[in-house]
Amino acid sequence: MSRYFTKDHEWVDVEGDTGTIGITDYAQGQLGDITYVEAPEVGKVLARGDTAAVVDSVKAAADVYAPVAGTVSAVNAALEGEPELVNTDAEVGGWLFRLTLSDAGELSGLMDTAAYAEYIKGL
Amino acid sequence: MSDIEQNYENDPDVPEGPMLLPLDAWHRAKGGRMVEFAGYAMPVQYEGIIAEHLWTRESAGLFDVSHMGQLEVSGPDGDMEAAAKALEALLPADLAALKPGRVRYSLLLAEDGGILDDLMVTNRGDRFYLVVNGATKWDDIAHLCENLPDEITLNHLDEHALLALQGPKAAAVLASLGLEPAGEGFPPVEELSFMQAAPYWWPRSPADESARPLGISRTGYTGEDGFEISVGAEDVAALADALCAHPSVKAIGLGARDSLRLEAGLPLYGHDMTEAGDPVSAGLGFAISKRRRAEGGFPGAQRVLALLGEGVATRRVGLAIEGRMAAREGAEILDGDMVVGVVTSGGFSPSLQRPIAMGQVATASAAPGTALAINVRGKLLATTVVDLPFVPHHYHRNLPKGAQS
Repeated sequence: MSRYFTKDHEWVDVEGDTGTIGITDYAQGQLGDITYVEAPEVGKVLARGDTAAVVDSVKAAADVYAPVAGTVSAVNAALEGEPELVNTDAEVGGWLFRLTLSDAGELSGLMDTAAYAEYIKGL
Repeated sequence: MSDIEQNYENDPDVPEGPMLLPLDAWHRAKGGRMVEFAGYAMPVQYEGIIAEHLWTRESAGLFDVSHMGQLEVSGPDGDMEAAAKALEALLPADLAALKPGRVRYSLLLAEDGGILDDLMVTNRGDRFYLVVNGATKWDDIAHLCENLPDEITLNHLDEHALLALQGPKAAAVLASLGLEPAGEGFPPVEELSFMQAAPYWWPRSPADESARPLGISRTGYTGEDGFEISVGAEDVAALADALCAHPSVKAIGLGARDSLRLEAGLPLYGHDMTEAGDPVSAGLGFAISKRRRAEGGFPGAQRVLALLGEGVATRRVGLAIEGRMAAREGAEILDGDMVVGVVTSGGFSPSLQRPIAMGQVATASAAPGTALAINVRGKLLATTVVDLPFVPHHYHRNLPKGAQS
């Protein structure tokens, strides 16, 4: 399994043609207390950069973009009752949705773990 | 993800780069996350908005509100009649009847009755002390300079910081500092009543002969009992440390300040009241004193008095929203399929564990109990008009002298 990151603080774990997407620990820290996650509908077709989900914090609503193109295959049902999972476990249990990737080649434009760590150091 | 600081827009009228508050280093040492607000670098949160919010409701929260403008308005040789008359030409409060040591909420009004700012006015005996919003203070100062007569003096207390200590334990904490009323007739600080103010001396220790002056009012922006403390910039860090040394007190950021005031149904300037609106639609008719209603003589009096008499087309209301999704400023409010209003501020209520909002709604759809919907990103959220505040106020009001409890 490989993990990729976007400049907009999404992460995507890729296994075969499935990508699991969430927001990074850095992003949840910036957002603060998360109170609601608006997940995409299963079956929705997303282009890279489309608004896929909305993460609502006490402070503001933040759009989550599709890091790569694909079709939504699952959403994290646990977040419905426990949106704070995105705060406490952003990069594992707080995943947001899964995509069936339509173009794995898009992954080459994303950062790896080391590059993302370097990127947020500069923010 | 999109810009996560979108709710904390910058004031375009302030020179580039945020200004620093006297407590800047103090906030950073406490782990405050600094954002730009009203032209200043300010802490939006320390440990987290929900925890800070709930702490303030249960214990005591310390807020740095030094970005707000502290102004003094005085007449020649302390002539309060002249100062009251001059200010009454710009706002609709009955300042002639405001006794020394008393505080009034008021509004700076434009010629058409639009709201330039909301503010607190205190009679300090020989002058009026005004606290105005941070984002509007430069415009307010310009407005006052232009409109006050020459014999009236305006003094910007820009060497003063302002702290707010809010919550059910605020009075006990402040009492524990050993403050001394700065003159005959001023009550011990814990005996101040809501909307009362007095000057105090703060001894850093019983041995310290150089006690520091504080101006304290029993006021705030959370709906809780609490105080606002004007203190010299050179003393504010020591005072903030002394307050936070108390186990009941934690530093609270701007994020919780906003969620607390929203639950308390307190409007925010630039959002729930604007220059394009008017005091009556904003639900602030109470700020227009009885005598001023009878006499007029404040900016926009003709329009504002007509609105008071004839009613308004839209009103500020409280909105309780079903589900978990928050509605924020700008979201459309619908009654059936008709757009009847707009959300002016909204968010998640930590105390009620549900989304709440305030909005400006057509009078016909504004009665408490009316079922409405709010359009958030194409989803219609079921909403009910409710009375404000969402969370009851807990102000400390002393009984009138001679009254039995």
